[in-house]
Amino acid sequence: MSNVTLSKSQNSVSPLAFVRESWRQAVIYLGFAVLFIIFSITLRDQGFLDINNLLNIVRQTAIIAIMAVAMTFVLAAGEIDLSVGSLAGLSSVVTAMVLHDYGLVAGIFAGLCIGSLAGVVNGFLTTKIGIPSFLVTLAAMGICTGTSMWISHTAAIPILNQTYAFLFGGGDIGPFPILLFWMAIIGVAGHVALKHNTFGRRVLATGGNETAAQYSGINTKVIKARVMLMSSMAAGLAGMLYAGRLQSGRFQFGEGDEMSVIAAAVLGGTGLAGGHGTVVGSIIGAIMIGMINNGLTLHGLEYSQQLVARGAIIVLAVALSKKD
Amino acid sequence: MAETNKSDGTSAPGTETARQTDPPAIKMTGITKSFGGVLALENVDLEVQHGQIHALLGGNGAGKSTLLKILRGIYSPDQGSIEVNGKPMLVHSSEASRRAGIAMIFQEMSLIPSLTAAQNIFLNREPKDTFGLIKDRFCLEEAGRLFEEFNVDIDPTKLISQLGTGQCQLIEIIKALSQRSDILILDEPTSALSDAEVDLLFDMLHRLKESGVAIVYVSHRMDEILRIADHATILRDGRLVLSAPIGNMSVESIVGHVVGKAGSNLSAPETVDETMLGDTLLELVDASGQHTPHNVSLTVRRGEVVGIAGLLGSGRSSLARMLYGVNPVRSGDIRIKGRSVKLSSPEQALKCGIALIPEDRLRQGLVVQHSVARNICLSVLDKVSHWTWVSSKKVAKLVDEQIAFLHVKTDSPETKAKQLSGGNQQKVVLAKGLATLPEILILDEPTAGIDIGSKTEVIGVIRQMAAQNKAVILISSETAELIAGSDRIVLMADGRIKRELSHEDLFPEQSNVASSFQEAQRRLQVAIQEVNANV
Repeated sequence: MSNVTLSKSQNSVSPLAFVRESWRQAVIYLGFAVLFIIFSITLRDQGFLDINNLLNIVRQTAIIAIMAVAMTFVLAAGEIDLSVGSLAGLSSVVTAMVLHDYGLVAGIFAGLCIGSLAGVVNGFLTTKIGIPSFLVTLAAMGICTGTSMWISHTAAIPILNQTYAFLFGGGDIGPFPILLFWMAIIGVAGHVALKHNTFGRRVLATGGNETAAQYSGINTKVIKARVMLMSSMAAGLAGMLYAGRLQSGRFQFGEGDEMSVIAAAVLGGTGLAGGHGTVVGSIIGAIMIGMINNGLTLHGLEYSQQLVARGAIIVLAVALSKKD
Repeated sequence: MAETNKSDGTSAPGTETARQTDPPAIKMTGITKSFGGVLALENVDLEVQHGQIHALLGGNGAGKSTLLKILRGIYSPDQGSIEVNGKPMLVHSSEASRRAGIAMIFQEMSLIPSLTAAQNIFLNREPKDTFGLIKDRFCLEEAGRLFEEFNVDIDPTKLISQLGTGQCQLIEIIKALSQRSDILILDEPTSALSDAEVDLLFDMLHRLKESGVAIVYVSHRMDEILRIADHATILRDGRLVLSAPIGNMSVESIVGHVVGKAGSNLSAPETVDETMLGDTLLELVDASGQHTPHNVSLTVRRGEVVGIAGLLGSGRSSLARMLYGVNPVRSGDIRIKGRSVKLSSPEQALKCGIALIPEDRLRQGLVVQHSVARNICLSVLDKVSHWTWVSSKKVAKLVDEQIAFLHVKTDSPETKAKQLSGGNQQKVVLAKGLATLPEILILDEPTAGIDIGSKTEVIGVIRQMAAQNKAVILISSETAELIAGSDRIVLMADGRIKRELSHEDLFPEQSNVASSFQEAQRRLQVAIQEVNANV
């Protein structure tokens, strides 16, 4: 880097701007640490720091985290996906039904297919037809929930296959829940893809300035279709994990998850405007939401009070990261 | 945004007729303004009378827009005074200037496309009834009355998005006038208008002039200036060159003043020998785009820089975008190395070895919130990665090479593009294009809004590309740059190539001294005006 001409006078980043920039990225980690310490102290008698409680938090948040990883790509590309929650419900129902009738392999295959199918349709409508992703996925949300209620007659479909239940969410390897591994695999893959892969660079460029990305030779429609597909596939997987963990398929699984997923990504520093995003931040954001839920429950707050507190904490965290 | 006229807001400016004894509408005296030590304006005077169409002329960077921005209250002058209608303007703000009755019609539209013409005219000052509801019918009637008064045939219930550019421009003017503006500033108002629309606009300006409105008119089209303006003020390098009635001026004399005699640090390239050029690399045969350009035939050989001159709206940029696959080709043929190619996306154009440095670096060139390094390698991600894994080593090598080659001034490759100066941002866009190792490089206004040092460097890079046997197309509004950069220059107007000027046409007496460079600039300017007038 010896050739870089330095000019401190005109173009230098002021130290203040640098602090501001890193503050924005660090605030989520700081917030996470602060909350963790607060809960550790105030809840030391309720067993917050108990290893089982901590693993419980992971169990409860891994599925949201997985969807948040994919959502990071969607938001970074300047799009949004509101259908993830209801698609997860549909995927749980379809997987459970096919599993019941045709066995393990067919069930897994069906779950993967339903996610991919929804993703292809969402991507097609967004990029080829040109309907904003907000509307496409809003419509998909209703269609997915409706379909899963319809085909399941709003009843839960039990899963008796223990292999499936073990692999997809119910099992533990040693002391660790298998969901932790799912989260880790998806998280690492997502992090690498966004940070070190040409695809991730193209996603960020597309969301940052679509015209400039096109002028740079990037097929932004393909990029957008792909992130929509990724998000739906993650939602499909999330539904399969719900089904495995709760040993059934139900249309209510994943209900309202889209808000938690988007909140997790935004909390983690991914903007809604596109061009920015970190997978690690989104996972931390998801865990943080789970930790807040857990901590407030242990504090004895009712569900209604939890909702209020959770909303306030999220707004506060995002407001702090915006502050400049 | 409180408007001063709550009552009716629609009284026509014609109620105040011009009286010779009135103080001038605008009197700017001794205006000096510098930016970071660089003098943009030095002791400039501008006096505009009521009932006068006053042309403000000058090349790019002459200081026109700075002067207008001072008048509009966007900048405050370092020295000098401004009087509007005899009253000194002490506060410099957009609000103060608007209250003084100054309105500027922007090149880019300030109308809201999803509202009707009438709604736009009364935007943010809608007349309301006793219940606080907007009096829609009253607005419509008033708008209709205004349109009738100005002899404009527009349905006030039409949405802006359904109207043509020319009609929108007229609506903007009417909107300004309905706010009791009696000083109008028009910046290149005709660049997007058809001939009929230009006639309509001029008709209206004439009528306004007769009713006593003072009009400042900025344009590069000399035929229009001669046709409509009464008085011209010419700026060059931030200084006043001439302020005189337009009566006995000719295109040649105006252009002479605009270009001036001052020395320039640019010089003409070495005369090229035909035999020094390589094979034909790029060939357009009767190629037309969707709207423009029309029937363009052009060949560019290896080692050759072809300049494209023309005014705004002449189809220069459309041609560039068509060659880069952004705009579709409607008919005709584009050949590279003799083979016909289909360019339907920038992706394909890049594969064919074409790179474009687009005209708008912020919108088309950069992802400003990303780092310099990310921007530079955006078009060549596949080349700097192993199996889609971006190699930071390869990125660093490429980026360092480009930064060193183009002398990009940046703290580090990780600095965000938005933190660089305009000139350095442009170099980053250039670096991104050069990183693709193009055979054919197209530059659209590569030096717009950048400092003089960077300009010279960009021209240097262009010549260097030619020396490396690339084919280069240089599109520019600056004659000096075109002459210094190009081996030959084609002139465009109305989407067509109208004429071609060779080195010999510009330098007939075979001497490359500074005075002849100025003479060549003048020749080129006159030629541009001629092809534009003959459309």
